[in-house]
Amino acid sequence: MSSTLGVLSDAERLFIVHGVQDDLRSDGRACEDYRHVQVETDVVSNTSGSARLRLGNTDILVGVKAEMGEPDPGRPKEGKLEFFVDCSANASPEFEGRGGEELAIEVSNALQRIFNSRSTLDLTALCIIPEGQCWVLYVDVLVLECGGNLFDAVSLAVKAALFNTRIPTVVVTADDEGQQEIELSDDPYDVKRLDVDNVPLIVTLSKIGHRHVVDASWEEELCSLARLTVGVTQKGTIAGLNKEGSGSLDPESIYEMIESGKKVGMVLNSRLKEALEKEENSKREKIGFLG
Amino acid sequence: MAVHITLPESRKKSAAPDAPKHLVTPGDVITTDTGYMRGHGTYMDDDKLKASLAGVVERVNKLICVQPLKTRYNGEIGDVVVGRVTEVGQRRWRVDVNSRLDAVLMLSAVNLPGGELRRRSAEDELMMREYLVEGDLISAEVQAIFHDGALSLHTRSLKYGKLAQGLMVQVSPSLVKRRKTHFHNLPCGASVILGNNGYVWICPTVDDEKVESSGGYEQDLEPVPSTDREVIARLRNCILSLATHKLMLYDTSVLYAYEASRQYQVKDLLQPDIAEKVADDTRQRLQMESG
Repeated sequence: MSSTLGVLSDAERLFIVHGVQDDLRSDGRACEDYRHVQVETDVVSNTSGSARLRLGNTDILVGVKAEMGEPDPGRPKEGKLEFFVDCSANASPEFEGRGGEELAIEVSNALQRIFNSRSTLDLTALCIIPEGQCWVLYVDVLVLECGGNLFDAVSLAVKAALFNTRIPTVVVTADDEGQQEIELSDDPYDVKRLDVDNVPLIVTLSKIGHRHVVDASWEEELCSLARLTVGVTQKGTIAGLNKEGSGSLDPESIYEMIESGKKVGMVLNSRLKEALEKEENSKREKIGFLG
Repeated sequence: MAVHITLPESRKKSAAPDAPKHLVTPGDVITTDTGYMRGHGTYMDDDKLKASLAGVVERVNKLICVQPLKTRYNGEIGDVVVGRVTEVGQRRWRVDVNSRLDAVLMLSAVNLPGGELRRRSAEDELMMREYLVEGDLISAEVQAIFHDGALSLHTRSLKYGKLAQGLMVQVSPSLVKRRKTHFHNLPCGASVILGNNGYVWICPTVDDEKVESSGGYEQDLEPVPSTDREVIARLRNCILSLATHKLMLYDTSVLYAYEASRQYQVKDLLQPDIAEKVADDTRQRLQMESG
């Protein structure tokens, strides 16, 4: 059996393109509507922070692990974030073997790009001893199912996992000889959290026909030749921008796409924050993977 | 613009809709009585009949089978299927029909354009890509099953053939109820083909006379009007909500779900709670009618 993902008939494609033109997509959404998102944090117990997110059929699991390491020589007073994306063969038969590697690198590069901006996450908070020790956050992304719009789903899940991340408090003491010692708190609840308010989310805008849509399903992705991935923060600033796909874009439509990306991205940021805060304040039982 | 982010809900135990079914998991003893015959999904171990699949036990006289809920399509002769062409080969097309092996559609098993009845010549062989190419969707009937389990299809009737504008959704093959007909022109203004293989095709209603005059090969590539498009999108969401709540799909259930969904907007049907309401309403109405 071979996968049917990857090809559409001409008539199907036409149906989708006309639908986008009418602002009525195949599943009844308008061009700027997102599919339903479900998010849950703290689903993997042996991580510092984790989240599982479903966007339509796309299913993402993110785990964040904090370890001590040495800072980059260029940025001695900052901690580090390392991204690793795994497109498991469970997500799509095309990912079997090394098939998913290229996509995985693309996604981790996109994440690296939007987190590179110093205004997004305060990396100095991860510093323990300048030029000596810092926290390295290993962000592992596992793609469990791929139903379109991978970039947006991954960035939502990463932000949720970082929100959930708890880093143990450490105290640095200097002994008589000037040697510094790092002491870890005995209390497992003595932790500090990251300020994720300014962490950007990726909004992918796919050009279909003469219009663009957000949150394209996999069928719609096949109809689009050019995509713009925009990293948008809560305040609406752009933290990263990338054009993908084989097609070209008119500068004017790029401007339009950035505008709608910004608009949607700001709403997305605030809704995610609401949901995460709601989860934290409610004493609900974890659903996990058996829900 | 609509963005909804929620926390996952735990699955509710639905009040037993009808008499409790005999459910088994692999290894469960179905019966110790030796008077029964071993059917699909079962095996004999120590004179006990055990299940090799997770699903519902079905008994026909002395034959015991287990019908799994999640499965690939196991074809039977005479089934109506919807499939996607994956390969054009020597005098045959390979068609993905969600079974373990791709099905085969022989050149000799299709109606030639214009309805000509003659031996297939070498020219027809060269013209194969003019009829069907990779990615095209077709409806067909299972003609035979090869010894390795692969299916042989035929489209030797005007109701079968290439599908034009519309959309396909995929559900579990066990959820499609076997009926006399799987082609339905629904009164709400769209046509549905409920393929036995779990591929469901939804398209605007086509009038039969047009098909007969063109032999089923001409495609209408005019834009579909918005009203039809909305009906198609609504049907798609209804069928998916029935499938996620494990209701059998047939003309009546689809129609009832459509009617139950009328009070909501099409895009709201993507939200899990509304989808559940629609499925529940449909289940209740079907139960009321049955008894």
